[in-house]
Amino acid sequence: MDRILRKVARPGRYVGGEWNSIVKDWRENEVRLALAYPDVYEIGMSNFGLQILYDLLNRRDGIVAERCYAPWTDMEAELRKQGIPLFSLESRRPLADFDFVGFSLSYELIFTNVLNMLNLAGIPLLAAERDARHPLVIAGGSACYNAEPMADFFDLFAIGEGEEVILDLVELYRGAGGKGADRTALLRQAATIPGIYVPSLYRVTYSQDGTVKEVTPTAPEASPVITRRIVKALPPTPTMPIVPFMNVVHDRAMIEIQRGCTRGCRFCQAGMIYRPVRERSKEEILRTANELLANTGAEELSLVSLSTSDHSEIEGIVRELAARHPNLNISLPSLRIDSFSVALAESIQRRKTGLTFAPEAGTQRLRDVINKGVTEDDLLKTAEAAYGRGWSQIKLYFMIGLPTETMEDVEGIVDLARKVKSVGRRHQGHRAQVSVSVATLIPKPDSPFQWVGQERPETVRPKQEYLKQMLRGIRFSWHDPESSLLEAALSRGDRRMGKVVLRAWQMGCKFDAWSEHQKPDVWLQAFHDEGLDPAFYAYRQRSLDEVLPWDHIAGGITRKFVAREYERSAQGELTPDCRSGKCSACGLRQLGAGC
Amino acid sequence: MKRLRITFSKGEELKYISHLDLMRAWERLLRRAGVPLAYSKGFNPHPKVSVAAPLPIGVSGEAELMDVFVEGEETPARIREMMEPQLPRGLRVVDVREVSAEAPSLQSELRFSDYEVDLATPLSREAVESRVKALLAASSIERERQRDREVRRYDLRPLIDDIWIAEWNGGQKLAMRLRADVGGAGRPDEVLAALGLEEYVKRIRRTGLVLEERG
Repeated sequence: MDRILRKVARPGRYVGGEWNSIVKDWRENEVRLALAYPDVYEIGMSNFGLQILYDLLNRRDGIVAERCYAPWTDMEAELRKQGIPLFSLESRRPLADFDFVGFSLSYELIFTNVLNMLNLAGIPLLAAERDARHPLVIAGGSACYNAEPMADFFDLFAIGEGEEVILDLVELYRGAGGKGADRTALLRQAATIPGIYVPSLYRVTYSQDGTVKEVTPTAPEASPVITRRIVKALPPTPTMPIVPFMNVVHDRAMIEIQRGCTRGCRFCQAGMIYRPVRERSKEEILRTANELLANTGAEELSLVSLSTSDHSEIEGIVRELAARHPNLNISLPSLRIDSFSVALAESIQRRKTGLTFAPEAGTQRLRDVINKGVTEDDLLKTAEAAYGRGWSQIKLYFMIGLPTETMEDVEGIVDLARKVKSVGRRHQGHRAQVSVSVATLIPKPDSPFQWVGQERPETVRPKQEYLKQMLRGIRFSWHDPESSLLEAALSRGDRRMGKVVLRAWQMGCKFDAWSEHQKPDVWLQAFHDEGLDPAFYAYRQRSLDEVLPWDHIAGGITRKFVAREYERSAQGELTPDCRSGKCSACGLRQLGAGC
Repeated sequence: MKRLRITFSKGEELKYISHLDLMRAWERLLRRAGVPLAYSKGFNPHPKVSVAAPLPIGVSGEAELMDVFVEGEETPARIREMMEPQLPRGLRVVDVREVSAEAPSLQSELRFSDYEVDLATPLSREAVESRVKALLAASSIERERQRDREVRRYDLRPLIDDIWIAEWNGGQKLAMRLRADVGGAGRPDEVLAALGLEEYVKRIRRTGLVLEERG
């Protein structure tokens, strides 16, 4: 191993031993889980969901949880050359020795890495080719709301919040006799656990036109609809997270101050699948912060939430934290567009580098279509407050390719950015900076735009060109249409797409999210080889009565609600946040999940 | 404000952790330990911690030196006690003592690094000795080093103070003293490559740092 580590870049990725990492002895009758993230260490270590599960599982006797990340290509080459199977960081045991290998699937461009990791581990890729000798290969995370493109490779998916369902699963496995238990019987039993989706227990049929005709259970244990698991109260935030040596992507202590968001932006999957809103109390947050900082020595604390300014006690939380921890940097992701957020940021940021806001669309009409309840006035007042209080840099996030979008809306982006810039000039002169980041909409399952065709590159490119031209003097970044196509096709794919993923991996695709590894031509070839058309999945406008490949996986909100939101978007009708009083009947209340 | 000089070892377990990563780990462990760190002034205050010389990746260190500025009245012994329970596997504190806050920086006082290399080679002692002799006799040793995207050419010879065989039959050990000052630092792996021994290297450790003797 030494010989290998000396040759690879960033060997610290593969050695473990970080503060708060947990190395347990492997005793008899323990259930062992490898928690895997299909990207490099620096990215995988930043995944909050896996941190929560690592903590929760290792707290229990009789359970061992260890980590594994995708080796970079130099390490992969060495492992293959030496015939060393992929191993965990804690005990350096081969993944094949574990009872479960659990992947976090947060989005689609990491799918091929799953296959590569299984292959490196010597585990058969196809669930159908695995048996009682192999680990159960499972997945959770937001990409599982359409699990179909990966259905061939996983024994089961955990849909929704994982904190309880993972323990249910471990108990079931233990009860069934652990390793060596009959795989088919085990999976059928697992299917009875709420939130567990066993894809092999469903048959998918297709219509002449290539759409899904029906998804039907083939075993009595499999329920026609799998509804996501929701934990009633927020489980405690881990207070002894691993402190990486390496500079990882999110290199800071994190407290989830709130889960869920009910603002109802219509492009946003997260705003749909993490409902209801559950706040952590100020007292708990302050206590947790004390413990976290004492256990990690972190210099930065992030208050994680989909909409940080929406926490009802955020002002007091931030004030107290800043007072108690004078040298601590506090970061507030996802600030709302208002002067309150600016005041909040001012109370903690010593160095006024930059503030980021997301108006998402350039005109009021289009912002109403996407239900982003923000006006131009809101944005300009916010800019006024920010530049006025000493910030010199504002970053604005927009999207193009939104339904009903016209050139006028794109011009609106330029108009807004310039107005913000002139506010900045007035306060800060030439120091004032605006940067604009424009993403292309990737319609995601369970969002009200799940039926929408993604805009084709032929019309996206001219919009990007126009913005490039018109935004001179403003920093501008955009998304490459090719990787948007792949992500869009995969995110709304059906089960047949598993063959495409397999084929693409066989032809060398991996690290698809890394620009130096992107192989759009190879992917097109893979689609072609398997007789599928990516445009069918990415660009096609679906009708509301089409059976969608993920209809049997329910995010908790009803299809009726999502369809209603889609129809309202066409009318440009706003749906107010239900916290302001009026229930928008998303379906969560019927689930008994509380809201 | 006091200045503490900490002697520590970075073991085999940590030898793949880079210098910058180790610095961050030190800052975090000092904060966990509740050591009252002195912070720099300015918009972005950071603790005043400095290490004498970075260790190359893959090399362990037995007596590394680091200066830390602290506030408060705690004695060096007490600070050491506070640090102990926070040390990750592979990191050990060897000594903590107070030095004058006005003294020159560690980096400016550093002169040499001593290394010891475990070899596993079929070559005879005499063969290795003659390679060492030839290398030391050379007036210049041109080497190339990949740095990011650039290839840098430099002369290794002035960076070598001495190389000798520390032990042979009880275990093949080569020792070297390499220059390490503001003018440049020799890398043990480069010396081993120049000796044509790189494929026989089992382990490299830095056994000590030599500071300038001050009267």
